[in-house]
Amino acid sequence: MGDMASVDRLGPELILLAFAGIIVLTDLVVQRRWLVVGSSLLAVAGSLLWAGTLVARDMRGSAFDGLLVVDDFSLFFNFLFAGIAGVVILASIDYSERFSRYQSEYYALVLVSAAGMMLLAATVDLIAIFVVLELTSISLYVLVAFLKDVRSSEAGLKYLLLGALSTAVTLYGMALLFGLSGSTSLADIGNMVAAANADTRAALVMAMVFLAAGLGFKMAAVPFQMWVPDVYEGAPTPITAYLSVGSKAAGFAVVMRIFFEALGDGSISSDWANMFAAIAAISMTVGNVVAISQTNIKRMLGYSSIAQAGYLVVGLAAISAAEGGFSLGASGVIFFLAAYAFTNLGAFIAIIAISNRINSDDIGDYGGMARRAPLLALGLTLCLLSLTGIPPTAGFIAKVYIFNAAVQSDLVWLVIVGVLNSVVAAYYYLRVVLQMYLEAPASEERVPAGPSLGLALAIACGGVLFIGILPSPLLEVSETAARVFGS
Amino acid sequence: MLSFIVFFPLLGVAIIALLPRERERDAKWVAAATAFVVLVATLGLFVAFDRDETGFQFVQSHTWISGDIAHFDIQYLLGVDGLGLAMVVLTALLGLVAVLISWRIELRPKEYFVWLLLLETSLLGVFTALDFLLFFIFWEIELIPMYFLISIWGTGRKVYSAWKYVFFTFFGSAFMLVGLLVLGFAADTFDIRVLSQMEIRDTLVPVQVLFFFLIFGFAIKLPVFPFHTWLPDAHTDAPTAVSVMLAGVLLKMGGYGMLRICLSILPDVARDASVWLAVFGVVNILYGALVTLMQTDLKRLIAYSSISHMGYVLLGVSALGQVGLTGAGMQMFTHGLITGLLFVVVGMVYDRAHTRQIGELSGLAHQMPMIAVVMVIAGLASLGLPSTAGFVSEVMVFLGTFDKHGALTILGVIGILLTAGYILWMIQRVFLGERLPRWEGLGDATAWWERTALVVMVAVIFLIGIYPAVLADVIETGVKPIVEGLA
Repeated sequence: MGDMASVDRLGPELILLAFAGIIVLTDLVVQRRWLVVGSSLLAVAGSLLWAGTLVARDMRGSAFDGLLVVDDFSLFFNFLFAGIAGVVILASIDYSERFSRYQSEYYALVLVSAAGMMLLAATVDLIAIFVVLELTSISLYVLVAFLKDVRSSEAGLKYLLLGALSTAVTLYGMALLFGLSGSTSLADIGNMVAAANADTRAALVMAMVFLAAGLGFKMAAVPFQMWVPDVYEGAPTPITAYLSVGSKAAGFAVVMRIFFEALGDGSISSDWANMFAAIAAISMTVGNVVAISQTNIKRMLGYSSIAQAGYLVVGLAAISAAEGGFSLGASGVIFFLAAYAFTNLGAFIAIIAISNRINSDDIGDYGGMARRAPLLALGLTLCLLSLTGIPPTAGFIAKVYIFNAAVQSDLVWLVIVGVLNSVVAAYYYLRVVLQMYLEAPASEERVPAGPSLGLALAIACGGVLFIGILPSPLLEVSETAARVFGS
Repeated sequence: MLSFIVFFPLLGVAIIALLPRERERDAKWVAAATAFVVLVATLGLFVAFDRDETGFQFVQSHTWISGDIAHFDIQYLLGVDGLGLAMVVLTALLGLVAVLISWRIELRPKEYFVWLLLLETSLLGVFTALDFLLFFIFWEIELIPMYFLISIWGTGRKVYSAWKYVFFTFFGSAFMLVGLLVLGFAADTFDIRVLSQMEIRDTLVPVQVLFFFLIFGFAIKLPVFPFHTWLPDAHTDAPTAVSVMLAGVLLKMGGYGMLRICLSILPDVARDASVWLAVFGVVNILYGALVTLMQTDLKRLIAYSSISHMGYVLLGVSALGQVGLTGAGMQMFTHGLITGLLFVVVGMVYDRAHTRQIGELSGLAHQMPMIAVVMVIAGLASLGLPSTAGFVSEVMVFLGTFDKHGALTILGVIGILLTAGYILWMIQRVFLGERLPRWEGLGDATAWWERTALVVMVAVIFLIGIYPAVLADVIETGVKPIVEGLA
């Protein structure tokens, strides 16, 4: 195994990092916005292309002496995160005029954190995981504070402090695992867990709880969700979208890696499955109930993302099925993540376009938006319906699929909690729709969307509808990716 | 052929969406043409239907979603038996009537007809889908058009009523989703044909609970006391055409679902629950009728009478025999026609007099003789006068149920007396009685669309009343396998 193969396998991430460097450096010499945006989009395209060739050349395998692995799971997330970054960049073009001075840094940081997220799905060693976790987080801390106004700075600081705390907790969990096994490799830890006796069990459970707590921060699941509403409200809206989709997906990817590969032994998996079931139930309920009373649409979507995290965690809990091992729940989570990415990005893009013009995130100001911006309102409606889980949208299939996994794992009670939560959720999602279609517009002024936002919204809504009507391709891909943890 | 019928309205939707704003008035022509084509195609189906064959006909089957890891195989599976066919004909007929009586819609006509056609597609889908999940999808899609139609084009507390409608239905369907997933896991298929043949015993929850999950959503839709409270609000505040669809077709989704799902798939539990179904049926009949007697608003009066009449459906279902179930099917069809017609007439009165208060109206037969005559016909059909459609279905229900639940049936028959009471009393006060100068300026139904709608419906009511076999034969073939399963 030559080192070149390792570098090759790291290609999709390397392209992003290289372009990030180039963008910042070029900006010192020539300052052209189209150049920055163009090269970031080029980076994303290159990353996608490289990941594509990895699939085509069947380059699955491990790299850098087992720190990193390229398998169907990591490849899936390569595509997902590159896609998310691409859409976020498109959505940022109009918005980034607000911080004209640091354009290049903004896009470079988006690329860097995307690379970090990809690596989170690919690393299989605790040290490497920790490093890429920091890589992702630190770039996001900066991005959250990028507006440099009061709200944004506060959000950035809050995110940084709570993030640091969660990192410490994660690290503690990792240290426990290392102490017990003497290795940082997930595979070695897995062997140790399988051989664990009653003496080490207490420490294992503790490690498990710490890891879930630390990474629960990234997933934004209750009770590690405290940062969400303020950070979502204060951050630049494209970054809010990025956080709600990318950062969350990365959190789930790494949780699946660690829990399924290192802590997957039957002696402990039922413990954390129960824990995740509880987290799922609480997240769904808290997120949905609190979202009802929100008047700021970004905050509302913040709480909604907590609730959605709850639905996703259902998939983590759905592991006790006889056949298929973890792949059953994992395929549910993976499918849901992709569906959710399209949906939530779409919702945020519409919000960016609208709030760019009306300068407000207040739901009350969305009155009559169906007249002022028919297509934006239609797109937002579609995404909100998808979040509610009404067919024929991606969100519906994703929800049914993940609930199906839960039923097959004998978690009927959790599914009941989930479906009842969908009823609650319908209230606040549809309220926005009603506001747009029923209320009289505050002014007759049209709300146009620029070409880049329009394109981004079209991609997102196209995805929502496509997955909703023809889910099979994504379902197959999700199952392939999930088989990594399978029987 | 079925796919054509189900999705043809979407073509109309596309054409309407492409109409330029200055030609938005033409939307009604597109909608009428679309609904007409669907009706013609449906009648073709009705003629081509083989009445000697009991199974599903015109079946179309394709693999739609195929999950490997999870048992998640969903087919695009359409087909009709006699029961489904009757409901499809009813939907197509009322679909056209709904467009015709919306001819004067001035408020956002493009959107209005788009939603109306989408509603038709989802309803046709419900009555033709033979895969339980596909059925559920159409069942859920129907909510969106209804939500918009009531909340935008309704009257009175329209937003509240639309919410209430959506929540009740969504709440019920949440449990249906749990039930269908549990069922699908136990049987490893969602194919209703296969599920009906199987004996379902080992499920994750007791079969009685499963039965409850499944019937709950249908009971809300039918509606069964005490889950009926959405109905008077939604019916009263909806625009006329939507009230027609709501009373005429949407309520039947409940009865149809009970027959197609609950009785067919879980016959053993249905046998045990039979007496409860009868009790609820009789409560519905009597409670509905008594409350109807107290109504002072024309539309509310018809709305509550629907609750009473849906009690007959439930009573017929509880018989679990050939005659009773055929009667229930007949009652669904004829109630759809009769109450649809009543709503049409009330809508016409309201359009002219701008009030629905029975106390204010009087002697309208002088000003609008045609409307009055139609109202008398519809009213007499509603109270079950021989030679009208209402008589046939009610007699069949009582005949079918008497053997099984004698005492309850006798109680139920009282409902007919009460019906006669409120119908005749209403006709007496509104159309007969003193001629008031206040209403002198009102005109009769003169426009072609009004007359077409009235004449067609009256004709079908008499047709079925005089020659019931035309419909009963078809419904019987559909009911037969269900009865055999119950035996």
